[in-house]
Order: sequence, then structure tokens, then C-alpha cells
Amino acid sequence: MLQEHAKIVDFIAAAEGVTGRKKLQKMIYIMKKMDMPFQEKYEFHIYGPYSEELTARVEELCDMGFLSEALEDKGSYVQYKYKVTEEGMEFRKVLEKSVLENPLTAEKLNAKSGRFLELTATLLYFDNLNRQETIDKLHVVKGKLNFTAEEIDEAFAFIEELSA
Amino acid sequence: MSYATQKLAEEKVFKDPVHRYIHVRDQVIWDLINSREVQRLRRIKQLGTSYLVFHGAEHSRFNHSLGVYEIVRRISDDIFHGRPEWDESERLVVLCAALLHDLGHGPFSHSFEKVFSVDHEEFTREILLGNTEVNEILLKVSADFPTKVAEVIAKTYSNKQVVSLISSQIDADRMDYLQRDAYYTGVSYGHFDMERILRVMRPLDDQVVIKSSGMHAVEDYIMSRYQMYWQVYFHPVARSAEVILRKILQRAKELSESGYKFAQPPTHFLSFFDRSFTLKEYLALDEGVLMTYFQLWMDERDPILSDLCDRFVNRRLFHYVDFDPGKDYKKLGELAQLFHSAGIDPEYYLIDDSTSDLPYDFYRPGEEEERLPIHLLMPNGDIKELSRLSQIVDAISGKRRTDYKLYFPAELLIDGKKKAIKQQILEMLREGGL
Repeated sequence: MLQEHAKIVDFIAAAEGVTGRKKLQKMIYIMKKMDMPFQEKYEFHIYGPYSEELTARVEELCDMGFLSEALEDKGSYVQYKYKVTEEGMEFRKVLEKSVLENPLTAEKLNAKSGRFLELTATLLYFDNLNRQETIDKLHVVKGKLNFTAEEIDEAFAFIEELSA
Repeated sequence: MSYATQKLAEEKVFKDPVHRYIHVRDQVIWDLINSREVQRLRRIKQLGTSYLVFHGAEHSRFNHSLGVYEIVRRISDDIFHGRPEWDESERLVVLCAALLHDLGHGPFSHSFEKVFSVDHEEFTREILLGNTEVNEILLKVSADFPTKVAEVIAKTYSNKQVVSLISSQIDADRMDYLQRDAYYTGVSYGHFDMERILRVMRPLDDQVVIKSSGMHAVEDYIMSRYQMYWQVYFHPVARSAEVILRKILQRAKELSESGYKFAQPPTHFLSFFDRSFTLKEYLALDEGVLMTYFQLWMDERDPILSDLCDRFVNRRLFHYVDFDPGKDYKKLGELAQLFHSAGIDPEYYLIDDSTSDLPYDFYRPGEEEERLPIHLLMPNGDIKELSRLSQIVDAISGKRRTDYKLYFPAELLIDGKKKAIKQQILEMLREGGL
């Protein structure tokens, strides 16, 4: 029961907190593409793959008191910071085992910027295309972000590293 | 004349209870409607299990798909036609995307997708691009046309006006399903002045905006949506049927994996159990097929599968209570133990279900809300986000409402066996224990 909620708590605990809703969205998507058993359904939105279900689940977890949400004012914009509360750590135990085979993966993802994760998630979204088609598509859907060739190469390398 | 611009000798019309008539002049659209994959949508209900609550809700995804097509046709041919901000060359791609946007839905999509971890949008893409009649028709327009239609539906198409018509907070999809579902369920919610909204829609830059004079019609649309979600789409009894349906599929999968010998083997599901399914196998499924299995499985030896099928077919649904997962999750564990002790498998007979909706949201710069807002076009040419001007919309903007229910078979708890334990369960369920 509430297994899907518990998986999100488990992931945020392993990442030792996540700053940014976009970042969290992309991290879970990338994990899902790496065959981690997250059930949230994703569609393509403004910032790439996005899950309304995940947004709802995170809000529910905050309402339940298992996650804390703090607003950070970054001057021209705001960001939400999520942490697992003490009650959340207790709730996490409803999972028989952690959803992550390697908890370091969560930390590895968390160390990346939101922009980089957005790029990586978008490349994964188009993984049915070949490399050049994926890059072309990236420039169509993310033209305004002007991703450089270096960033794109780095993201492909990161995907390979995660898949290994 | 190319296939893309070829017209029928005479316009075809479909009589429709929502739009009165649906008009077809394009040969491409007519051919698509007659394709196998679009005709399959006649055998998939638009509202899944809601017919068990609202007996009129037997309408199909075929009706809805035609309805979305008709709304987009009117926008493209009547409202946007001739406006410099609208690219006329997008007409056919947006009409095809409107007609085909739900093509990948399977039988009782919501439950089926959850149990078998499949995604109807992936199937939509596969049908458009794979070896299908739809793909054959789209290819006759041009080699890249199937991909273009798929991109519009996947929201990755370069022209965002086109995407917005099919998928945004005020799109043809929602405008059709709200009215259609209201009509077939018989509820009095869900009605709004679509004529007015269509008349004030304008293409502008990379979006579709609404002239500010139409604000009250949009308010009405958003309130209709809000009410339809809570009165129809999230109805707790329809959710009970969904829960049972999900559990039937889960049980069949579990039995198959454990080597159970079915009297009626789940032939159509085997490739979904081991995830080796093909598009052809997916397209072979419809609600008639599923219901046939459920009927036959009522006579299976396995008491759980047989009981769940009987419940679904004969509408002996689970009862429910509200619960607060933040407060009650530990008690849920205790309750599951009690179910075990009472000889009732909690995996199949004690199920938590949550649902939530955000009626309208706007984009906050810098943060990661992903819903494109509804923008109003002011008389002086300025653009304003809807909730800045509408007090009604502002009151519900960004406010998610969530509902948690716990489902269980009430009659199994009063059948006289293991009475003391069952009494304890009933007390927890009914007397504020949860």
C-alpha cells in the first residue's frame, strides 16, 4: 500500500534532498528510463518529459508530512527544495527494499544541474531516433536553450554511464 | 490534384448529439475514419467503468475522436482561416492529429496501462508510424506526414499553435469530452458556451489566445471541468469498479506466472504478462474481448479470480471509506494483517486509491510548473494571464484537490466466519479507526 508514494520518498532520501521541481521531475524520468520501477506517467511538456502524476504525488507527500517543501528565493526566480521529514523516514519503511539498486545513482543525478538533467531527459525521450535525429529534434523542441555540442556529448556520455 | 488536397465528390456528415453534424470533405480524413485502427475505437468506451454508475455513459472513443476533429475543423476552416498569424499549410496535419489523438487507447485504458506498465501514447505513435492502415493512408500524403502527425500528438511539433489546439488548458480535446461526457452521463455539469469560446480564439505568435471579451465563457468552461472531474470522472463507485478491474488483470497475471491451469487460458494476455507483445496483439484487444474473458473466468477454480470477475460483470462492487494516508498508513498495515487473519487476501480485497485534480494552473517564471496558461488578448493588444483578471479562476488556480479512499468487500466482513476478527476490522473501518 502507498508503495508508489514510498518510492518517491525513498529516492529523495537517497539523494539527500532535491532542489527544484524540474530537477526532481527529470531525475525520476531518467531513473524510469533506466528501468527503475517508478510508475509515474510522463508526457512531453515545456521543459521536456513531465509527469503530472509525480507533481500530484509530491504535493500529497508534503500534505501527509512525509516531505518538507521550502521555497528558495533566487532573485529573479524561485525554487522549491524537498527533503524527507522524520515521519517520512519512518514511512519509507513500508517498502520492503529500496527502489534503488545503487543509492549512489540518486546522488550522481543530484550533482547535475537542472539544465543538464533537462537535456539528458529530453535526449532519452527521443531514444527511438538515431543520434543525429535526436540532436536535430532537440534543437527543434529546445531551440531557445541553445545547448552546445559539448553539453550534448556530455549528456550522451552520462546516459551511457547510467546504463552501464 | 494531390491526395493531400483531394476532396470527396460530396460532403459526408455524421449526425452527432453534441455538435449536431460532423462534416467531412477531405478524402484523407474519410479514409482515416474508415481505417481498421480508427474503427477499433468504436469498441472502446470513452469513460471506462463509469457506465456502471451513469448508465448512459456507453459512448466510445470513436464518437469523441470525431468530435475533436469537428471542433478543430471549425477552428481551422472558420475561425483561423485567412488570419495572417495562422499557417494554412498546417490544416491537414492538425485535422489528422485531432482525429487520431486517442488512437492508442486500449480497453479500459487506465487499469490496463497500470497493470501492464504500458502507455497508450506510445501505442498511438506506433500505430501512426508502424505497419497499419492509418500509416498507409498518412504516407500517401507525404513520406514525413505520419511523423508530423505523431509529433503534434506527442507535443513535440515545431508549430506550438497546432499543438495547443489539441493539447493545452483550453483545447479541442477537453472541449469535446466535457460536453460529450455530460451529455451521455446525463449530468447537468459540463455545459459551457463553446460557440462563444471558438469565436474569440486567436492564433498569436506561438500560442492560441482568447480575446478578453470571452473571459466569462472561459470561466464557465473551467468551472465545468472542475465539476465534471469531481462529479463524474472521480466518482468513488466508478473507481471501485476500476479497482476490481485492475485486480482481475493482476490476478490473471499472477496465476499465469505461477503455472495455474486456467479452464479458459488468458491467450490474449500472455504477451502482456511477459512484455513480449506486438502492436498487432495490442490492436486485437478491445473491451468485448476483455468482457468475454471476465464472463468465462467467473467459472474458474481460483476463488479470487472468479469472485473478482463476478463482482465486475454483475456490479457487486467494493465499498469504501475515506482515509488520510499521512495519519493512517500504519493502521493500514494493521488492517492488512487482520484481513490475513480473517482469511481474506488484502492484496486483492483491501485497496487504497487516490485521485487528484488541479483545475487550472498558470506558469510561474523560474519555477517548473508545466502547464501553459490561458492568455487573454486585451483590446490594446496586451496579453494577460487568465487568473490575473478572473477572480473565479484565481480562486481555484494552483489548488489541487486530492481524495483518498480505501476499498473493501463489505459483505465478506459480515458472513459469520472468523467473526471476532471481522468485527475488529469493521470497527476500524466504520467507527473512526481510520
